[in-house]
Amino acid sequence: MASKNININLKIWRQKNANAKGNMETYKLDNVSTDSSFLEMLDQLNEQLINERKEPIAFDHDCREGICGMCSLYINGEAHGPDRAVTTCQLHMRKFKDGETIYVEPWRAKAFPVIKDLVVDRSAFDRIQQAGGFVSVNTSGRTMDANAIPIPKHDADKAFEAAACIGCGACVASCVNASAMLFVSAKVSQLALLPQGKVEARDRVLNMVRTMDEEGFGNCTNTGACAVECPKEISLDNIARMNREFLKAAITSEA
Amino acid sequence: MSILDSKIPEGHISKKWTDYKDHLKLVAPNNRPKIDVIVVGTGLAGSSAAASLGEMGYNVKAFCFQDSPRRAHSIAAQGGINAAKNYQNDGDSIFRLFYDTIKGGDYRAREANVHRLAEVSGNIIDQCVAQGVPFAREYGGLLDNRSFGGTQVQRTFYAAGQTGQQLLLGAYSALSRQIGLGRVKMYNRHEMLDIVKVDGKARGIIARNLVTGEIERHSAHAVIIASGGYGNVYFLSTNAMGSNVTAAWKIHKQGALFANPCFVQIHPTCIPVHGTNQAKLTLMSESLRNSGRIWVPKKKEDAEAIRAGKLKPTAIAEDDRDYFLERRYPAFGNLVPRDVASRAAKERCDAGYGIEANDTNEGVYLDFSSEIKSKGRQAAFAAGNHNPSEEEIISLGKKWVESKYGNLFQMYEKITDENPYETPMKIYPAVHYTMGGVWVDYNLQSTIPGCFVAGEANFSDHGANRLGASALMQGLADGYFVLPYTVSDYLANEIRTGAIPTNTPEFDEAEQRVNDQINKFLNTNGTKSVDYYHKKLGLIMWNKVGMGRNEQGLKEAIAEIAQLKEEFHQNVYVPGASNEMNPQLEKAMRVADFIELGQLMAIDALQRKESCGGHFREEYQDAEGETLRDDENFKFVGAWEYKGDDINNEELHKEALNYEFIKIAARNYK
Ligand SMILES: Cc1cc2nc3c(=O)[nH]c(=O)nc-3n(C[C@H](O)[C@H](O)[C@H](O)COP(=O)(O)OP(=O)(O)OC[C@H]3O[C@@H](n4cnc5c(N)ncnc54)[C@H](O)[C@@H]3O)c2cc1C
Ligand code: SF4
Ligand code: FES
Repeated sequence: MASKNININLKIWRQKNANAKGNMETYKLDNVSTDSSFLEMLDQLNEQLINERKEPIAFDHDCREGICGMCSLYINGEAHGPDRAVTTCQLHMRKFKDGETIYVEPWRAKAFPVIKDLVVDRSAFDRIQQAGGFVSVNTSGRTMDANAIPIPKHDADKAFEAAACIGCGACVASCVNASAMLFVSAKVSQLALLPQGKVEARDRVLNMVRTMDEEGFGNCTNTGACAVECPKEISLDNIARMNREFLKAAITSEA
Repeated sequence: MSILDSKIPEGHISKKWTDYKDHLKLVAPNNRPKIDVIVVGTGLAGSSAAASLGEMGYNVKAFCFQDSPRRAHSIAAQGGINAAKNYQNDGDSIFRLFYDTIKGGDYRAREANVHRLAEVSGNIIDQCVAQGVPFAREYGGLLDNRSFGGTQVQRTFYAAGQTGQQLLLGAYSALSRQIGLGRVKMYNRHEMLDIVKVDGKARGIIARNLVTGEIERHSAHAVIIASGGYGNVYFLSTNAMGSNVTAAWKIHKQGALFANPCFVQIHPTCIPVHGTNQAKLTLMSESLRNSGRIWVPKKKEDAEAIRAGKLKPTAIAEDDRDYFLERRYPAFGNLVPRDVASRAAKERCDAGYGIEANDTNEGVYLDFSSEIKSKGRQAAFAAGNHNPSEEEIISLGKKWVESKYGNLFQMYEKITDENPYETPMKIYPAVHYTMGGVWVDYNLQSTIPGCFVAGEANFSDHGANRLGASALMQGLADGYFVLPYTVSDYLANEIRTGAIPTNTPEFDEAEQRVNDQINKFLNTNGTKSVDYYHKKLGLIMWNKVGMGRNEQGLKEAIAEIAQLKEEFHQNVYVPGASNEMNPQLEKAMRVADFIELGQLMAIDALQRKESCGGHFREEYQDAEGETLRDDENFKFVGAWEYKGDDINNEELHKEALNYEFIKIAARNYK
């Protein structure tokens, strides 16, 4: 097998809690299998720290297969690290060299305050969803038959691609303005592309964008960094679509 | 009389639920805001329940340990969700879905519950489409379907390999709407650590704020537990890292019976184990068995050469491959149910034909080359090319495969560094789902009045083996279409109760239990990490309470786990403090519960002297190695009652299973 072991140096952001001042700490970790995932490597480091009776590093993670959106590390200056179209949990140590020094930091954005070490608070994303990221249909089960409205496959596929967003926040972390446009536009697009979502399209885009601004995310200046780091390859087309939706809504708004 | 009253309504199976529902008590809209309901969990079951109850006007509090309700483990479900829509006109019906589920569960599930599930399955799809869930569609704009194991119809709805994600985001959007409207209050990063009972009824929970470490009291008129399954008792499983049994186990210790704990599903198609630092296993969706063929070499020396890295699977001639599922089960072939497929793979690997170069040589191939060729040819013909070259066929075939399974293939490649378009995937069974769970009656109420249990956390619908694409169906059925009725019926007697105070002895006592446990862990100051013990537990469970079980092994497991429990509590080291974010402390609390549960699983498996579904007792098999059920003696739900710290003292209660509408038979997929 192609697997081998490497030794690495790590510089990791440590911060006791939201109010504490943080700093980068240095660690050395030997015998890391290149088949390990990045988070398995951190597990190994934590095991080492526990055995040395030092405090292990807190980081967010759950599914470890790139779908829950919980893992969120800024590795060597890139959200989710050097590989493309993957989350941190899907990044493998075979992407790193023996003897390499790896820098690990939390997402940095005003709207995502650090809670501890590498863990940040992303509840702002939830609040944006609560402002309009839904179709107002009651859960009676007495809706119309699922096949009553055929949806062109092309639109359904586009909606699905937008809906693939996992809400990880890498787009915000990679943006110089800490803008949440890619995330918000993915939800707006998904629902705007489907007949079920069109009815409320106007209010949705206005409410979600307003909440995004209130939460302290920055403006979009079209640098495109978000789409490069997005693990689900959410397309910039969604931002364009949201801008159109927003403009349409703003023009027709009763104000 | 048994303390287990399943409350199954009288009447014909197809009318039971409708009639019953029509006669349940209601709570008038003006009374609902005076009533509090707690929902623990925001997976498909919890989100849908919280959203529905909030929408009805109850005062709902929902809890999850992740940083957002959208990250519940349901998000990871890949393959699809079943519904008896018969859109493909292949003879599907509610009865057939009901029948397939009972048979798939090897006749160890309740008829009435399963029929209800099949009845509401169609509504789920309607509801989800109305919410904007982007299911896969055909060119005509209508919904597409595929097949899953254990069925001969196409009734599985899907969204590429991300069905769970899309369904959960649908339920999350309904939940978010209610949170925005102020009808549901969401507690992210909170973990329920105990239940509070007042006069025998569930009246609240004790939760720990995982950011500040604060211990909080929350009261309610009813508590719904939708905390998911307990597969992580094996340490390595396809479950998310945080998935745990704590909520379910804590209510068990306070009086809820725990049913069929030994019924665990070991999924045939997961990526094999690669090393000792591995933290979890990754599923490759069952939908792949629609297109992939499972095989090992016919010759042992070929298997050896592959393991040694001297031979490539693509170099093995067609005649030298053993497509063992097609060989043993011609009627269902690669689409036999999961338990059957898993055992067949284990049988081949135990016999020395495994192809993976890990410690145990455990791995078989899942090969897409036949499908790539056949779909490529079809695509060429469809495009008017009736004389395609081999290259054209393969390139078109790969495109087809990518459109169906692209994300799964990518996931596989990222993990293994091998390209499954070119070389067959390597797979092996892994722990995936737990059919057992908290015992509930027809109303999904546990033996604690006012405490309801939904989704994977209950035992209700899947018997001894769950069919693919049925867990998502069950989670949403429970939350959207069952609990709103049955919980309302219970709450109808609570309209005069008034708010439940939290400054009472019952809350004091429950909080004390939690604080005692936390303090004990932080003061043990032993030498080994929590993971050290969790891994040890996992190994005992996998080797002795795994795919093959026998009397001796189970007895050993029971003793070994008792020993492990002692060592764990004496020698674990939990760093940090209680009043801060402390992931090690969270883990320690969970592993303590896994250890106790693990022991009960072994006890339950020992008690069940038969083989059925995922529970394979090596002593009970026929000449061809198939499961031998014992309906005479074991056609019951085994529900355990907690009797104090020594799990050996738990008392077994039996709920007899009656099959009135389905003729019980040997399960045959040949
Ligand atoms: C990889 C994978 C693929 C799958 N694919 C399919 C498929 O294709 N089709 C199918 O039908 N099924 C599939 N399943 C099974 C299915 O996904 C699960 O059974 C189902 O999603 C469980 O849903 P749930 O709502 O019961 O629980 P979960 O989704 O597990 O949610 C549990 C919730 O409880 C919360 N929680 C747990 N404990 C506590 C506590 N103590 N305090 C507070 N909150 C707590 C969690 O935060 C979470 O919100 C798959 C499972 C896996 C692992
Ligand atoms: S758009 Fe991409 S980067 Fe942003 S939250 Fe969604 S998945 Fe993450
Ligand atoms: S841990 Fe779920 S996406 Fe990484």
